[in-house]
Amino acid sequence: MSAFNQFLMQLINGLNIGSIYALIALGYTMVYGIAKLINFAHGDIIMVGAYISLVLLGTGLPWWLVCLLTIIACAVLGVVMEKVAYKPLRKASRISLLITAIGISYLLENLFQLIFTANPKPYPGFITLPPIVLGSITISSNYYITFIVSVTLMIILNLFVQKTNMGKAMRAVSEDEGAARLMGINVDTTISLTFAIGSALAAIAGILYSNCYSPINPTMGSLPGIKAFIAAVLGGIGSIPGAVLGAFILGMVEAMTKAYISSQFLDSIVFTILILMLILKPAGILGRNVKEKV
Amino acid sequence: MKKNDFKKQLLIDFVSIAAGYVLMRVLFAAGIINTYWQGIVLNICINVILTVSLNMTSGFLGELALGHAGFMAAGAYASAFFSKTLKLLPVIEFPAALLIGGLTAMLLGFIVSLPALRLRGDYLAIITLAFGEIVRNLLKNMDIVGGTKGYSGIPAYTTFTWAYLMAVICVLATRSLINSRQGRSIISVREDEIAAEASGVNTNTYKFLAFVFSAFFAGVAGALYAHYMRFLQPGVFTLDKSIEILVMVVLGGMGSIRGSVISSVILTVLPELLRSMSDYRMLAYSVVLIMMMLSKHSETVQAALEKVKGMFGRGRKEEVHS
Repeated sequence: MSAFNQFLMQLINGLNIGSIYALIALGYTMVYGIAKLINFAHGDIIMVGAYISLVLLGTGLPWWLVCLLTIIACAVLGVVMEKVAYKPLRKASRISLLITAIGISYLLENLFQLIFTANPKPYPGFITLPPIVLGSITISSNYYITFIVSVTLMIILNLFVQKTNMGKAMRAVSEDEGAARLMGINVDTTISLTFAIGSALAAIAGILYSNCYSPINPTMGSLPGIKAFIAAVLGGIGSIPGAVLGAFILGMVEAMTKAYISSQFLDSIVFTILILMLILKPAGILGRNVKEKV
Repeated sequence: MKKNDFKKQLLIDFVSIAAGYVLMRVLFAAGIINTYWQGIVLNICINVILTVSLNMTSGFLGELALGHAGFMAAGAYASAFFSKTLKLLPVIEFPAALLIGGLTAMLLGFIVSLPALRLRGDYLAIITLAFGEIVRNLLKNMDIVGGTKGYSGIPAYTTFTWAYLMAVICVLATRSLINSRQGRSIISVREDEIAAEASGVNTNTYKFLAFVFSAFFAGVAGALYAHYMRFLQPGVFTLDKSIEILVMVVLGGMGSIRGSVISSVILTVLPELLRSMSDYRMLAYSVVLIMMMLSKHSETVQAALEKVKGMFGRGRKEEVHS
């Protein structure tokens, strides 16, 4: 394989993992924008989505119904999480919220470990299409499906947030909750909707992720969760295009580092880049610089 | 504080510290606390150091730090490497190893505090998280300290006396720092950075001081841990470990030293008590955690707690309130 082809393969790898990070990062950034909460349990929704879809696949339902039911289940889970654990703490300090989020993350991980045991479970690659052959490189269907699905969802989400009334309400609440309430926006519903959308995206990410990286286990969500969070910060947390951009940059950097520099020191290199980026541009790439008021 | 009060306080401190030590020793000797629980008491001491030192950055300075396990790991590995390589008398070697652990972590604290001067809030939290992961990733790939396989054959120097002594030093050092002029400056950064700066507090110096102080004791705790477990593995010092310490800080109350001590005792013992539930242990732990945080902010529970406190006539306020 020529050097150029290898580079191309890495590019595709980067786009693939980047689009999964992007789906997760969108949930992080939307929830952060509206509730000012780093939702540490978000990564675990990926895992929940993976397991639910695995169980549903076992019942022999058609694949589209499996996906739909998984998305609905995760969205409901997201809303329940918000209502039970985050809503009572809305006026509490942000660090208390963070600890509660961590508690929920532990709860989900351990609950699923009890139900499905800690052993990795093979995940059937149920979405398969013929691979695309471009000259001497072959792109397996997993890769382009992930990319197309993610990009489509991001475009839909962006349109939703920019054009619809609910989207406007979301932006209003994230800008100024009190003022939004005075304008007659139902803040509680808007926050619940944000959690539902974020969790639905995480469910899709869970299905796509397991489809590419087969065996699934109860802690599978934490690492992509952290990485996606970093991507969201890199792009400027609270900003939707920022999260997508950050995720693709992170995916690319990871793929290229793994191929050309060192796979052992991958995490060190990725995290060092993150630190350097934040020092140079503290609010993230597309983040707004918040002026301090005295 | 009047001079007489100060002397009185000193006496009370000294007596209670000595009494605590003697009590534990007697319980050990009488066999009321068995060998297994003696290990847990030692763990409590280590956790007290970790929690109180994290409280310096997260509680008093008010910056969320998610990389405390990184400092601990640095201290643990540096001290273990030192005492394994040099063959000195344990009486000289162990204090030196503790110091080396602390200083190594302090150096890293210095490096982390550089970006910390520019960033704050969630961004700073990410920097500390990233830093902790970098330390772990580097240790994993350093063959000289065992890499992924782990670092074994560390001499067993840590005794209850050492752990207790270090915990006491950490608590006293933190308290005297917080009650000093420098400590008040650290708190002023948390309360209102702009106002502090306007009043002539050099905020950078104090952020820096808090980070370095906190890292030093995390390193000491790591050194104690290394010479107690006698085996180190990078897998121990994950983000989960940092979070575990942060949970203790938050539960005890941000900026409350007494709270930190109490919560590290509770949260070290609690998982042990839940051990009989085997598989359900971590599940129960997470439920308890969520319930604790919810009840901490629930008005009905707080009102009930105040009533109980009133009944025992203990409504006094904390010295340093967050």
